[in-house]
Amino acid sequence: MSVDFQINGKAAKANAETDTPLLWVIRDELGLTGTKFGCGAALCGACTVHVDGQPVRSCQTPLSTVSGKKVATVESLSSDNSHPLQAAWIKHEVPQCGYCQSGQLMSAAALLAKNKNPSDAEIDQAMSGNLCRCGTYGRIRAAIKDAAATMRKA
Amino acid sequence: MTQITTSRRSFLKTGAVASGGLMLGVHLPGTMGEAAAAGTLYTPNAWVHIADDNTITVLSARSEMGQGVYTSMPMLIAEELNVDIKQIKVAAAPPAAVYVNALLGAQITGGSTSVRDGWEKLRVAGAQVREMLLTAAAARWNVDKDTLKANKGVITGPGGRKATYGDLAEAASRMPVPEKPPIKDPKDFKIVGTRVKRVDTPAKVNGTAEFGIDVKLPGMVYATIVQCPVIGGKVKSFDAAKAKAVNGVLDVVQVNDGVAVVASNWWQAKKASELLSIQWDEGAGATLSDEGVISATRQAAATGKVLEITKPQGDVNAAFQSAAKVMQAEYVTPMQSHAPLEPMNFTAHVQGDKVLLIGPTQFQQGAQGAVAAALGAKPEDITLQTTFLGGGFGRRLELDFIVQAAQISKAVNKPVKLLWTREEDITHDFYRPAGVMQVKAGLDASGKPTAIHYKVASQSVTQRAFGLPKDTLDPFMAEAAVAGYNIANTKHDLVIHDTGVRVGYWRAVSHNMNAFANESFMDEMAKAAGKDPYQYRMDLLAGKPRFANVLKLAATKAGWGKPLANGHALGIALMEGYDTYMAQVAEVSLDASGEVKVHRVTVAADVGHMVNPDTVEAQIQSSVIFGMGAGLKHQITMNNGRVQQTNYNSFAPVRMYEAPKIDIVLVKSTEKPGGIGEPATAVVVPAIANAVAALTGKRVRRLPITANAIKQA
Repeated sequence: MSVDFQINGKAAKANAETDTPLLWVIRDELGLTGTKFGCGAALCGACTVHVDGQPVRSCQTPLSTVSGKKVATVESLSSDNSHPLQAAWIKHEVPQCGYCQSGQLMSAAALLAKNKNPSDAEIDQAMSGNLCRCGTYGRIRAAIKDAAATMRKA
Repeated sequence: MTQITTSRRSFLKTGAVASGGLMLGVHLPGTMGEAAAAGTLYTPNAWVHIADDNTITVLSARSEMGQGVYTSMPMLIAEELNVDIKQIKVAAAPPAAVYVNALLGAQITGGSTSVRDGWEKLRVAGAQVREMLLTAAAARWNVDKDTLKANKGVITGPGGRKATYGDLAEAASRMPVPEKPPIKDPKDFKIVGTRVKRVDTPAKVNGTAEFGIDVKLPGMVYATIVQCPVIGGKVKSFDAAKAKAVNGVLDVVQVNDGVAVVASNWWQAKKASELLSIQWDEGAGATLSDEGVISATRQAAATGKVLEITKPQGDVNAAFQSAAKVMQAEYVTPMQSHAPLEPMNFTAHVQGDKVLLIGPTQFQQGAQGAVAAALGAKPEDITLQTTFLGGGFGRRLELDFIVQAAQISKAVNKPVKLLWTREEDITHDFYRPAGVMQVKAGLDASGKPTAIHYKVASQSVTQRAFGLPKDTLDPFMAEAAVAGYNIANTKHDLVIHDTGVRVGYWRAVSHNMNAFANESFMDEMAKAAGKDPYQYRMDLLAGKPRFANVLKLAATKAGWGKPLANGHALGIALMEGYDTYMAQVAEVSLDASGEVKVHRVTVAADVGHMVNPDTVEAQIQSSVIFGMGAGLKHQITMNNGRVQQTNYNSFAPVRMYEAPKIDIVLVKSTEKPGGIGEPATAVVVPAIANAVAALTGKRVRRLPITANAIKQA
């Protein structure tokens, strides 16, 4: 049995067992490795992707639940780093080890999709599910505000 | 630099070029191999490869784990090679003697040593290549070398002569390597000391950076492992029937530390691993508890062999006799887990005598050696490629997971990617050892300390990891034990006690214990003396300009002594570590549930010469957050030898909503470079502890400083 859905705007068919978490389908079957495994328990946010525009923890999202839905991963932002969030991440030199940053970017993208001018409290609210063991939080905050400003002008 | 000459030969012999360093994870692997095969890649020395097309590749002998070495190491070479960092590609160096870290005696990334080790070595390496290119050009054009200039990848000479580094690379690589090429005076630096953009950032914002977990080899299978709940325990027997029945499972393999399930994808392996039935011989570790560890360490402090950290000054006992006041306190730091966000993993392919290893490690030669020993292979038959590390913090100095991957690959005769679960990671770490620190002071009538007797009891990581003989001073345990203050009579003792816990180096290592004790006690003495903690410290720093300077800078920037918001208080701390001088001021309050809220941390640091000030700031920011977690939130506890924390809920690092504003003042300095990857981790904790004591009047002497700990203090 296979499950059909969209990944980053393209049709995808996954043959994994339907209880397989979306994370492993994306990484091991579809070969998109930008999305990371950190905890397997929705505690760290490294596996954050969008399902129909909502940020979800793909390690806790069974494949069966995305049938017919639109899934977006960090690779959907852009490959040339032209997305305002990617540009802001580079400008502020956010990543250190970088492992959590795909998840951070996808949580930030979901936030800015509905709020182009988030306050500190709103950023904290949206981002506190994403752990960064390197402690890049201050730079993430600054980069989100920067990207939001760019998106307001666009 | 005869060492470079000799090692260059051995480097070339390793065939490392043909095997290809892993190039930045931006899908360049193989580029070097292809170039070498085409005979177009030249290696003037072990650090710089130049291709005909003028592509310049610099090898980083240090692993990129977030601290920015893939940028800072090439910056040092580029400075002397006179090329823009944008003209350079960076690749991870293979294991080789030439890449040994002189400060640690092995090819290790750790101890905040990368810049300190590379500062001169890499500039010389860059200068060697520049001089060889110039010599080659002079010979080709038959002109005096002094008439030539090397700039931006081009050599220019009289009469409009011009050739790229690539044009000259082949000839240059046949020139003798100059032993003492001229290097720049730091005042002439154009790259070093500037805020160069990190070379790894673009790949880390679009998902293309290749971490160990992302490695894929043709025909590769996936594995996960179940290890004994008690570290050190062994498999007695196991029943894999249910696990083997799971769809996709290919094999179940016993290795030294446990049982691995191998499947055609990782999720199948993980699901099947939950169905294993394993009988364990738990071994001696089954009696361990965190309280037992701490009380045994305290007992050792009283009765164990005392090692002198440094030669005693004056006579502490006489000074205690004549002191107006004698005071003492004991501080306790618990065990900690590293818990980097990328779980332990490695990819191995054992093919007969040859072994290919790819993954995240801080210790290339260690990996080679440990796998060779485990498989009975020759180290030179083991090829190792280092990927990006999804965090290190000391955990990836260890080799357990690399050996496991190799053993599993050998057993199934296929390339294998071993990936642990987070639960295995937190329950099978090499933990920061617990520490018991006892400090006794004599104060004169004015409240000034005349004598300090400091004693730290803890476990030696160096004994476990590197076989340091028993009853020998472990220098990593002495870090920051001797503070920078002028005190006439001092004695600093170390007692090493093996509790049976599997211990490891954890970011900032023993600076964490010793700075917490020393700097907390400094505030306790100031309080006893009725003095301001900042002024009390400053009065003990005559003739210590670098200490005094950072203390003053941090206090001034933080507004020390100025009014604060209601319910807020400041705490200050000072330390030297890794040749870096640092002061921090923390501003805290308590939230409704009594937990500490850190609003702002002000850091003043004198790190000597800086390679990249932005990276210096990033490492300080990172360390403050990392240290805060250990100061306020998480610890490792054990019951019946079982670690009780299993994931990021029970071992809870700092999250964004808890992250303070961090203000940083960097001292412009021409002193030799200090390390910056770690020290702030240790300084933030006493700064917070002192702020909490100032706010509540309660002194928490055992970490972490939770609401409950404050209530009970």
